[in-house]
Amino acid sequence: MPWGEFKDTAAERRLFQRRAVVMLTLVVALTGILVARMYQLQLVEHEIYTTLSDKNRVQVQSVAPPRGLIYDRNGELLAENRPVFSVTLVPELVGDMDQALASLGQLVSVSEEDLERFRRRLEERRRPYQALPLRYDLNEQEIARLAVHRHELPGVEVAAELVRYYPHGELTAHALGYVGRINREELQRIDPVNYAGTNYIGKSGVERFYEELLHGQVGYEHVETNARGRTLRVLERQNPVPGEDIELHMDLRMQRLAHELLDGRRGAIVAVEPSTGGLLALASVPGFDANQFVTGISVDAYRELSQSRDNPLFNRALRGQYPPGSTLKPMLAVAGLDSGATTRDKTIWDPGYFRLQSGGRPWRDWKRGGHGWVDLKDSVAQSCDIYFYEMAVEMGVDTMHDYLSKFGFGEDATLDVSGALSGIVPSRDWKRAVHNEPWYPGDSVNLGIGQGFMLATPLQLATATSVIANRGTWSEPRLLKGVMGDVTVDEVLPRQTHESITLQNPDTWEFVADAMAEVMHGAKGTARGAARGASYRMAGKTGTAQVFSLAEDEEYEEEEIRERLRDHALFVGFAPVNTPKIAVAVIVENGGSGSGTAAPVARAMFDAWLLDYSDNQAPVVASRAEEQD
Amino acid sequence: MAAGGLFDQAENHSLSGPGRGFWSVLHIDPVLLVLLLILIAGGMVVLFSGADQNLALVKAQGLRMGVALVVMLVFAQLDPAVFRRWAPWLYLAGVLSLVAVLLFGVGAKGAQRWLALPGLPRFQPSELMKLLVPMMAAWYLSRRFLPPRLRYVAVSFVIVLLPMAMIMIQPDLGTSLLVGSAGIFVIFFAGMSWKLISAFFALVSVSAPLMWFFVMRDYQKQRVLTLLDPQSDPLGAGWNIIQSKTAIGSGGMDGKGWLQGTQSHLEFLPESHTDFIVAVLAEEFGFLGMLCLLGLYLLIIFRCLYIAAMAQDSFSRVLAGALTMTFFIYIFVNVGMVSGLLPIVGVPLPLVSYGGTSSVTLMAAFGVLMSIHTHRRMISA
Repeated sequence: MPWGEFKDTAAERRLFQRRAVVMLTLVVALTGILVARMYQLQLVEHEIYTTLSDKNRVQVQSVAPPRGLIYDRNGELLAENRPVFSVTLVPELVGDMDQALASLGQLVSVSEEDLERFRRRLEERRRPYQALPLRYDLNEQEIARLAVHRHELPGVEVAAELVRYYPHGELTAHALGYVGRINREELQRIDPVNYAGTNYIGKSGVERFYEELLHGQVGYEHVETNARGRTLRVLERQNPVPGEDIELHMDLRMQRLAHELLDGRRGAIVAVEPSTGGLLALASVPGFDANQFVTGISVDAYRELSQSRDNPLFNRALRGQYPPGSTLKPMLAVAGLDSGATTRDKTIWDPGYFRLQSGGRPWRDWKRGGHGWVDLKDSVAQSCDIYFYEMAVEMGVDTMHDYLSKFGFGEDATLDVSGALSGIVPSRDWKRAVHNEPWYPGDSVNLGIGQGFMLATPLQLATATSVIANRGTWSEPRLLKGVMGDVTVDEVLPRQTHESITLQNPDTWEFVADAMAEVMHGAKGTARGAARGASYRMAGKTGTAQVFSLAEDEEYEEEEIRERLRDHALFVGFAPVNTPKIAVAVIVENGGSGSGTAAPVARAMFDAWLLDYSDNQAPVVASRAEEQD
Repeated sequence: MAAGGLFDQAENHSLSGPGRGFWSVLHIDPVLLVLLLILIAGGMVVLFSGADQNLALVKAQGLRMGVALVVMLVFAQLDPAVFRRWAPWLYLAGVLSLVAVLLFGVGAKGAQRWLALPGLPRFQPSELMKLLVPMMAAWYLSRRFLPPRLRYVAVSFVIVLLPMAMIMIQPDLGTSLLVGSAGIFVIFFAGMSWKLISAFFALVSVSAPLMWFFVMRDYQKQRVLTLLDPQSDPLGAGWNIIQSKTAIGSGGMDGKGWLQGTQSHLEFLPESHTDFIVAVLAEEFGFLGMLCLLGLYLLIIFRCLYIAAMAQDSFSRVLAGALTMTFFIYIFVNVGMVSGLLPIVGVPLPLVSYGGTSSVTLMAAFGVLMSIHTHRRMISA
């Protein structure tokens, strides 16, 4: 500023004040814009942002209902739910999956198999933000280690879930079935809403048949989560409706006994309570531990099970289709008498073989030299084949087919046994359809002693035996005995469809039952050894099913046939004869003879039920309810 | 001035002669002090919530504010003539330290902002420039006849743009913006002609596209694009703005209540105790809370502009006016960016956001204003 000139301070001040007014106006105007913006966001669009804010923090999570428990008829727990801690990852929240898996591997032991299974699930279609389990059944140290390092591992959670547990392992696997992870196919079948929180579904057996009942209804939780998806608190909860607890007819002691009796062999025992159709035991040996299937069995373990020569995964009781052999004779005797193909008094001469026409092919009796003069009762008691060959030819295939069908052969006659097979009752149509051949009289001869095309499962044999025990009255085999909640058995158990078998002469039932009693107690009864010393009267029939056909006139030399090629030993029976409380069917694969191997097994089952456990045969729903109180 | 009446009493006080009253002896403007204290106290209440009830953090902020208040009082004791005398030298030192920052500065996140000189605490020269640039421009222009001639305006622009450019390449867009506007407000208050102002704005609008292609960095462009369409990348670049708008909008008329903001407490809102703290306030105290905050800021600005208008020389006047307007720029840019009106630049909410450096500078500026107001001589004007 040059000297001598004075600044016009008044003018400068006025200039500044004018500018200040401009700025003040600007400040007010711009602040007005901010206020307007706040007004827009906070008042005009408030609803939108409130929704966004709630959507941010409130997540609806489905809560899986606890699965219904399964008890036996005495209140023994057969299937329960056990808390299992597993480490899970939410892929959407895990940044670098490989790195996360690597660091997890240092905290808990993760096997190659766990990793493989996890990666497989990672690639499958799944719900967004669904936690995928990496390893199950963490121990306490592992849980603690994860808790310490939790902050370093976004998206990693230790999840507790109730997992099905079968405390009796092998004993119940075939009877109850098991649950397993929902697979892709099942995902399309189930109600996505009700199963939103559920990871497991019944795969077989009771677990599968009563899936709906056992599952329950899903519940919901509105939870508040933070930006990292971690749940902070539950805002609102709609509790799930737990699955119903159910009670089975099964008696665990009988089931255990059945397994013990067959221990080390392959076979099946089915025990039915004739009055109710309730399955007291449904054993297939060897069994397997269903628990390993619940969380997913390892490939190696599965291979071992599925490739075992003993085939433990195969449910012989429901799905083993065997030629029934002579155990079919009581049912054929009913057919023969009722159809008039034979009479109680008719006797024949058994030379040890049978020919359809002279000079034709001979059918041999199991007893070389034959039984001599026999009537029907003798033929049942001694298991004379020749009598039944003749009677079968007399009846013809159509009649036999009709009667056998009435006993439940050739169909799945069960009410709630999942996966039972039907077996085969051959007929003219069947043979034409399957073999494209006509029915030959020789086929009838074979059918007359339960061989040839005829196939039946142990469950079917027990069912048919139970019909005889009931003197023609049907009660279809069933597992469900009671439901604990408000639901009644009638609501969930399918209706009976079989009509009782009415015979021309109802007394025929008593005659056949008597004949079966002769098997056990008669002087020449094939199973008289098994009934020795019994305090009650029992009825039964032995059987032998050929594993492979002997060539004509070939000597049967048991010792030379390797164990696996020996005949299957069969037995059916019920006891006591006049007031039957139990009917059983026993098959021991490669057991040799029915009388020697299978009959003593059945006797042990009878004894247990009638003598040892007779106290507990009344309905027990009420009594257990009291115990729990 | 509409607000003038509000402050008459204080005004009369400070003009009442050499034995001028208690406040003038202390060189404190009580009105401004009270308004600032209300702002700081209220800010710490919001900070407690925004920092997720971290008391240690609030205490640290309280300590900083105490330091800042002391700095303000120290600055208030100095005569404006001291600032004027030292302005060129300080400015020179400032520019040199900016050069030093570019050469051997330290920093984080790819930006060199700090200078760690041996024997001195680490400091941020760009922060000092918020004071030094307007002082220098005011020193330069107050020695000319006002309104200034074109060439003086040109020189002043050099004075302003040189440090601004140096700060921008650190890069620190927010600070360079504040430094630049502080200087430009000086030039504006000094009386830069409206013609030139129009030309300036024309230049800015022409150079904007050039800036886009040649000056702005990718992350800066991204911020502008994000502002225009936050939903294009809702979990990435758009996250901050979506979450802060959600926080503000969900606050409604009277807010969710103190410590009840879900957006901030559940960690949806990023930077909830620093740059985005106004979203916490808007969420928890609603539209009414925002009106209070903006009203408080307006009162402070009114008071400061009043002080500027009452100043006795051009240096004090333009400096006071420019510092006041810089304060407003803080507010407008911060609230504008948090509410999605402006792109995201790192400008804190003045005296509320957690962080020491800018608070100290701001309070120093208020100290300068108090100094200007309390060192007036009784000359006829």
